[in-house]
Amino acid sequence: MLLSVIGHYSLVLGLCVGLVIIFFSIKNFQISEYLDVKIVSFTFLQLILVFLSFLCLILSFVFSDFSNETVFNNSHTTKPLFYKISGTWGNHEGSLLLWLLVLTLFIFLFLIKTKNQPIKYKILTLSFQQIIIIGFFVFLIQTSNPFNYIYPTPEEGLGLNPILQDPALAIHPPILYLGYVGSSIIFSSALAATCLNIISKKWASHIKKWVLISWVFLTLGIMLGSIWAYYELGWGGFWFWDPVENVSLMPWLALTTLLHCILVLEKKQVLTSWVIILSISTFTLSMCGTFLVRSGILNSVHTFANDPGRGLFILVFLFSLVLISLFVFFFFHKSNHNELNNFSWVSKETSIIINNWFMMYFLSVVLIGTVYPIFLDVLSSEKISVGPPFYHKLIVPFLIPFLLAMAIGPKLKWVKSNLNDKFSMILLLIISVLISFFILKIFEANFLINTILISSATYLFFITSRDFFIKKFNNISQNIAHFGFSLLILSILFNSLFSSEIITNLKVGETFEDSNTKIFFKSIKQKEEKNFKSIIANFNIKNSKGITENLSPELRIYNQPNIVTSEADIKTSMISDKFIVINIVQNQDYFNVRYQVKPFMLWIWLSVLLISFGGLLSLFKKKYEQ
Amino acid sequence: MYGRKVKLRFLFIVLVLITLILTVFLILKSLEENVVYFQSPSEIKMLSELDNKKIRVGGMVKKDSILISANEVKFIITDFKNEINVSYSGAIPNLFEEGKGVVAEGFLKDRYFFSATKILAKHDENYMPPEVKEALGN
Repeated sequence: MLLSVIGHYSLVLGLCVGLVIIFFSIKNFQISEYLDVKIVSFTFLQLILVFLSFLCLILSFVFSDFSNETVFNNSHTTKPLFYKISGTWGNHEGSLLLWLLVLTLFIFLFLIKTKNQPIKYKILTLSFQQIIIIGFFVFLIQTSNPFNYIYPTPEEGLGLNPILQDPALAIHPPILYLGYVGSSIIFSSALAATCLNIISKKWASHIKKWVLISWVFLTLGIMLGSIWAYYELGWGGFWFWDPVENVSLMPWLALTTLLHCILVLEKKQVLTSWVIILSISTFTLSMCGTFLVRSGILNSVHTFANDPGRGLFILVFLFSLVLISLFVFFFFHKSNHNELNNFSWVSKETSIIINNWFMMYFLSVVLIGTVYPIFLDVLSSEKISVGPPFYHKLIVPFLIPFLLAMAIGPKLKWVKSNLNDKFSMILLLIISVLISFFILKIFEANFLINTILISSATYLFFITSRDFFIKKFNNISQNIAHFGFSLLILSILFNSLFSSEIITNLKVGETFEDSNTKIFFKSIKQKEEKNFKSIIANFNIKNSKGITENLSPELRIYNQPNIVTSEADIKTSMISDKFIVINIVQNQDYFNVRYQVKPFMLWIWLSVLLISFGGLLSLFKKKYEQ
Repeated sequence: MYGRKVKLRFLFIVLVLITLILTVFLILKSLEENVVYFQSPSEIKMLSELDNKKIRVGGMVKKDSILISANEVKFIITDFKNEINVSYSGAIPNLFEEGKGVVAEGFLKDRYFFSATKILAKHDENYMPPEVKEALGN
């Protein structure tokens, strides 16, 4: 009760401070010899206020204060403490408060960490960021206040959706938001730099750090969500082209493109307009993501009950941000006409431009696949869905030239170059083609496109791993990231080509048998936990080599809310994952059993970790050099 | 003649345009082929002709209609006006229950019989897929 009051008023105060900051920024902008200390302290004050408000919400959850509507809707006294805390951002209101917290945190860090940049630029970035922050304050207080009050106070809360009660999902939103919100800094500073016309090599190396930070967090955030979907949703895959997944992939694609573009700008002072456009679109796509997920427009497994008023607000807010940025872009941006002077077809920048084109193509495929059903629904009220085949068909073939460009591109020099070790590169290409041909021949999965695809991924794999062994350590972070990507593509390919699946209905004591596998449903036992009952099944699975595995998937029947969830049992090894999940069908004796063998599953996660590690390394290397 | 710069810029714009047109063409073409339409049992009854495209059917699982055997599950999807028989062998999501909303994806055998390849999971007890809500509403 008291906590809600404190939380609510610190939000209101934070909004006021935002207005004060804008006022001082305008004043300071006219003097602009030094940065006004007041601005920094007010930004810090705002951060503290939002943090206080967030803390109050966490405490309300911890103490199960059901007079707070958010707590009432999403918590329950029997829930373990860890999930009471993670429940704070497991709902709409709390997650927006977290957005706001990260927004204020990042702008504060930006202010104190940015050195050697013009004062005007810092102030202007702060002002743009404050516009976003104020927008979020108003949104939070108006349409989704986390501190709404219920009277009379209910005895017990409604509980958190059990599929969200999971360690991976507890940290998934904060990490993802760090990535999303990091793009807001890029957005604000790109606009500020455009206004002052200081988009230069110096600016590029300054903003590159922020791009890397948000890129690393976004990559990790997406991976965590994917791991969660893999073991919790019981579909036995890691990516479903679900709209909610797509909206996180879109900013990632834009951010990755931006990351590569910044490298060119840092070295050569070209592609300035393109960098600005990318900065704007990355943030717009992040906002779109929030809008689409939170408005309930998306027809997706992730959609929980939502309120159209909120959607409208974000839409209007988003629209005005885009308008402002377009205005800034066309009004202030003076394109540099000497950009194309030293242009050569065989150079690093050409390969990066090729990378950009493919990235933009992938982005438009995902974008159209995600929003087309929405538009069709609005225009003709026809309900459609766009499934994985659409994305696979359009994206997979274009990965081939993309991978090849990724292998050769980094070998080229800036400005103009010839390939030095042509011979060994061609040799490696031949070896990769042969290897992939034999792999597919042995496993009798002979498809033309797969052969070429695996060849090009293996090629990238060889080229990058060769560089680890020979002297070239000049760009190890890039090498690690590209190596990770080749590993990712290879594991995904082998995973999808060689996965096997058995789905059957079994009673206790029954056995399923086919040519390779024997599944024996040994027993079930029941267990009572604090907030759920669990049924644990026991299976003996014998494969063609005669090795027996013992797997115990679980069914959880939560009491509040009353939901059944399946907990898969997964035996992970370096070579393959064995995945089993059961489900009960309405008081019948049969259990629905799904058993999958998924090769190289672990490598998918490891390679994503490698990719983000590459980004992280690049971040620290940069700092070290300065 | 034109300078190198103008030529380059021209070439660049032409390339961008070609890629753009190709992209749009490719995307639209495969959208046409890969889109899955949603239909309610009543809409299926009214279909003038049946084709073998993949569709989604949604509605309620009829009470006492689930029949399970070792290799398949049979049930009836109803929108309280018309109903359709569904047979399915595959993984069943957690919230698949009699009297609850369901969306099944698969192929129509005829107007009364649907062979499903996937049943879609929805992860909230109170959540009703918007299509199902609409299909039940009118």
